[in-house]
Order: sequence, then structure tokens, then C-alpha cells
Amino acid sequence: MGKRKLLEIKDLTVKFFTEDGTVNAVERVSFDIEKEETLGVVGESGCGKSVTALSVMRLLPSPPAKITSGKILFEGEDLLSKSEAEMRRIRGNLISMVFQEPMTSLNPVFTIGHQISEAIVLHQKLSKKEARERAIEMLRLVGIPNPEKRYWEYPHQLSGGMRQRVMIAMALSCSPKLLIADEPTTALDVTIQAQILDLIERLKEKVGMSVLMITHDLGVIAEMAKRVVVMYAGQVVEESPCEDIFENPLHPYTAGLLKSIPKLEGKKSRLHVIEGNVPNPLNFPSGCRFHPRCFEAKKICGEKMPSLVEVEGNRKVRCFMRGSFPEEVLAIERAGRN
Amino acid sequence: MAGYIVRRLIMALPVLVGVSLITFILLNVVPGDPVLEMMGKHVDPLTLEKVREQLGLNDPLYVQFGRFLFNALRGDLGKSFKTGQPVTQMIMDTFPTTVKLALSSAFVAIVLGITVGIISAVKQYSFFDHAAMITALAGISAPIFWVAVVAQLVFGLQLKWLPISGYSSPKHMILPAVVLGIRFAASIARYTRSAFLEVIRQDFIRTARAKGLAERAVIFGHALKNAMIPVVTIIGMQISGLLTGSLLTETIFAIPGLGRLSIWALSNRDFPLVQGIVLFTAVVFVIGNLIVDISYAFLDPRVRLQ
Ligand SMILES: Nc1ncnc2c1ncn2[C@@H]1O[C@H](COP(=O)(O)OP(=O)(O)O)[C@@H](O)[C@H]1O
Ligand SMILES: [Mg+2]
Repeated sequence: MGKRKLLEIKDLTVKFFTEDGTVNAVERVSFDIEKEETLGVVGESGCGKSVTALSVMRLLPSPPAKITSGKILFEGEDLLSKSEAEMRRIRGNLISMVFQEPMTSLNPVFTIGHQISEAIVLHQKLSKKEARERAIEMLRLVGIPNPEKRYWEYPHQLSGGMRQRVMIAMALSCSPKLLIADEPTTALDVTIQAQILDLIERLKEKVGMSVLMITHDLGVIAEMAKRVVVMYAGQVVEESPCEDIFENPLHPYTAGLLKSIPKLEGKKSRLHVIEGNVPNPLNFPSGCRFHPRCFEAKKICGEKMPSLVEVEGNRKVRCFMRGSFPEEVLAIERAGRN
Repeated sequence: MAGYIVRRLIMALPVLVGVSLITFILLNVVPGDPVLEMMGKHVDPLTLEKVREQLGLNDPLYVQFGRFLFNALRGDLGKSFKTGQPVTQMIMDTFPTTVKLALSSAFVAIVLGITVGIISAVKQYSFFDHAAMITALAGISAPIFWVAVVAQLVFGLQLKWLPISGYSSPKHMILPAVVLGIRFAASIARYTRSAFLEVIRQDFIRTARAKGLAERAVIFGHALKNAMIPVVTIIGMQISGLLTGSLLTETIFAIPGLGRLSIWALSNRDFPLVQGIVLFTAVVFVIGNLIVDISYAFLDPRVRLQ
């Protein structure tokens, strides 16, 4: 079992030290990804998904970011204690990342071919010509028509969907073991979204990699992931197998997200469909961070922070109203009611 | 590209005619008689009139201007009133010196400016950054003649490292080139710094890092070319500053260049020489801007492919 794990994030805490104060972007986040598994991470904008992903890549801007605690084990080795040079051999090679912004993630002054070949030359020690052939093969693989010609084109000559395909080609050019896809389809329109997700799914099989699929859209999770981690205000609030979460969401926040999945005929409405606002990370509410927006909230929810507890064997939830909580919590609640 | 260059040069023609016309009008409205200036005050009126007739100064103004344009098209800018030499000859004798001065100061400005700008950006808010930006601000604000005189005092008279005037060895070029170059270096440094800081925040820089590229490759491979796009525009805009700057610098350092010649021409009311220098400078300016635009297209495929 333990041997199957590719990535283990343990108690990761990331803070941003800014002029306005300390942003608690990610707090004691833990989850694992198994080999060849797709794990979904879902949550509203600003809940710390990208920061978690960038921590794995060790690409957080620091300052202001600082990883104040935790471990990120990749194949058993802690990425957080690796040197910059060691990380460079991992980035783009063993772990790759596709970003949310296809329009701006490619360098406008270089050909897309050059940008793909660059990673190949760097990590695979191929000659320029071999790298070009490999890059063209990658372009063909991600479904870019006429790849020999496209190789010489510049990003501005490609549509958003095509650029995201180029990003994927670049990310997969060295056959990584882990692909981090940070909202890869958010900026694209719906038909293109489905194509890009299909592409990632297909290439995952082909390359035999694991995928960390980050999104704010549970619809994407339903299509891609077997297991899902729900994040809220920098914390994991639920972790469940995909089929369970859709049938029986544990955390009230997850339930809220589920309700906000657009119906087929409905217009796509994205964020803040759950009443209330995402809390300010400079100053989180006391107790459970979701309690101001939770209609099941009890007195204790505003007083004590629930911990993430295991329930039903393979699920985790951070909520006093779910899971098994200690007697004293019940006692406080009873006292409060009287 | 060749078609583009030809088109640009054709488009420049009206500009050149306009510049010549304005110069012509200005020369004819400012007080002062070029012939009197040439012959001295005590010349008899008859001779004066004869010379006027010979120089064509009695013709209607539009005839004079038309003649100038017609001759200029054939490469003939007339003869200097004061020396009798062909104007083209006088320009060609002095221009190489000015080119040397301008290119060496542009070299100082670009190398120094871009290097300092990059270091400042990469080490933002460091001691180097603060010191460099304060120096740059001082460099931009200080008038050239003041910097020149201070440099002459310090490096020439006090330290005796460098000659303070004249033009007989490459060593003579150092002080004027640095004096002229330093203020452009200062503004190039500031623009490079801000362009770099802007570029370095871009998503594609994160992509480059995510590929596993070393920081050096990210900076010089991915950021530099992008940051150079706005900087080249700034460099282009400073060509005119370089030309006017050389006017002052050449005068202060007694360098026999085009700048000094033009001041001499103006103070002697040498109409043909002034006209010729202005037209020639305008041509240089047009070509300089064209070179800037071409290098711009070279840097930015979005411009190139249009
Ligand atoms: N460079 C930064 N400086 C300060 N705060 C940041 C920075 N980057 C992210 N944050 C904060 O970290 C929190 C998590 O952000 P992020 O991980 O990008 O959210 P998302 O889940 O939408 O990807 C947000 O509150 C955001 O404001
Ligand atoms: Mg994000």
C-alpha cells in the first residue's frame, strides 16, 4: 500500500508575509496521490489550491511566501529539503505543471517549438534536432494539426485551446510521473474544456502518470478523478472517493458546491453560489472557518476548530456535525443548548 | 522587409521637405544679413548688391527654396557663404567625428544602462538597487554642460587622468563619450529595471521556471528579450537627444564635429551650411528611427508577422 504512493503532502502550511499582514494561504494540508491515480482538488477561488500546487513545484514567490511547516514526499523523498539544483532536475521532468492561463503562459517572443524543445534538451540530453522531432511528435500527440508547421509558429498565432494543448505537450514532453493541472480549462470555453480534459485523460494512460487535477468545478472532478479533496479557506475539509461525494457529500460546504454545479440547460454560474463570501485569509473566522456560511452551524462551530477525522473507513471530514467527535465536544454542545 | 524599408523611406520624404521649409523660413525671418556677416560691415552697397545677385538672394523666396530642394535631391547642398567650400564636403569632414562620439556614448549608455537595470531588477530593493536608482535620477536631472564641466574639473584638472578638450587621440573621446552617455545610461537603466520587473511577474516566466530552467536561463533566455522591447523604443526616442547632446558636448570639449560646426554655422548666419546640416541631421534621424523599428520587429514576432 505505502509503496504505491507517489506524492504525500503532510501538514503543509504556507503563509504570505505581506504589508497588510500574514496571509494564512494553506494550513496543515495533507493528502496523497497514488501512482497513476488522478486526484481532484476542488474549492472556491482563493482557498489555496494553487499555492499548494506551487509548493510541490517549489515555485512560490518567496518572499512573501514561506512554507512554515510540513513535508512533501515525492517517491519517499522530501521535496522541501531538496536543493534548488535538485529541484530543477525534477521540475518539467518528473513533475510538470499546466497553468490556468493559456493566453499568457507561453513566452510571446519564442516559437512554440523552441519552448517545447527547451525542456527536452534540458532534461533528456537530446540534440537540438532530436528534440525538435520529439517536440513535433508531442504536438501531434496533443492533437495540433500540421505540427511540423506549427512548430515554427508563435503563441499569438494560436487560439487559447491550442495554446493549452501546447502547454500540455510541453509538460508531458519528458514523460513526467506527476502532472499538476491547475485549472487547465477554466479560461477556455465549454466545448474546448471537454476536449482538453479528454486529452489529459488519454495521455495519462499513455504516459502512465499521476494527475493532480485542480479545479473549482466539481463537474471536472466527476469526469476525471477517482478521489477528491475539498479545500476551504486554506484547509482540507473533506476527502472522499468520487462516487461517494456526489451521492452523499459529508461536509456542508461540499454539499453547497454540489448544488452549484450547473444544470445542463442552466447558464454557467461560477463562484460564490454558496451564500456569503470566502473569508478573508488575513483574518479567518474563529472556530470552523465555514461556520459563518453554514446553515447547520451550532454554537460550538464558532468556538472550536473541528479536526479532520476519518469516517466510513475511506473518507475524511472536518465538521462537528459529521464523523465521530469526542464526548467533550458533545458535552459543550449540550451545555450550550441549555 | 525590403518593401517595408522602402515604404518608410518614401514616407519620410514629406518630413524632410517640411523640416527644410521650416528651417528656411526661420532663417529668413530672424534678423541679420548673411552677406553683411560674410563681407564685413564696411563694404560698399554696390558690391553688396552684386554678391546678393550672385548668391541668388534677390530671387523670390519660393524660387530660392525650390532651388535648394532641387539641388539637394541631386546631393548638392550648395556652398558655404563663409568658407566657399561645398556644404556636403564640410558635413562629411565633421560627421564621422560626431558618429564616433555618438556611437561611443550610445555604447556606454546601452551597456551600462541595461546591465545596471537588470541587476537592479533582479536584486530589487537591495542596496545596489537603491544606490543605482538614486544615481540614475541624479544623472537624468543633471544638465549635460554641468556634468561636462564637473568631469573636466575632476578627471582632467584634478586627477589629470584624461585630456579635457581637443580631438587628437582615442583618449580624448573617453570623457565626452561618458559625459554624453551617462544621462542616457541613467534613463535606459530606469526603463530596463521597470521593464524587467514587469516581465518577471509574467506567467510565462513561471512556465520557464516550471520547466526546470536555471535562473540564469530564465533571466537571459526568457525575460531579457521581452524586457528589451520597451527599452528599444526608449533608446529610439533618445536618438534625437543624442544629437542635440552632441551639440553641447562637442562645444564644451572642443571636438571638431557636426555639432560644433552647426553652432559655428548659426552664429555666422551661414544659410546654406545651416540648411544643409539640418537636412542631413533629419535624414540621420529618419534612418536611426528606421533601424530602431527594424530591431523592434526583430525582437517581437507580433510586430514582425503583421
Ligand atoms: N503572492 C501572493 N501574495 C500574497 N498572498 C497571496 C499570494 N499568492 C496567493 N496569495 C493568497 O493565498 C491564498 C490562496 O491563493 P491560491 O492558492 O492562489 O487560491 P486558489 O485556490 O484560487 O488557487 C489567497 O488568499 C491569496 O490571496
Ligand atoms: Mg488558483
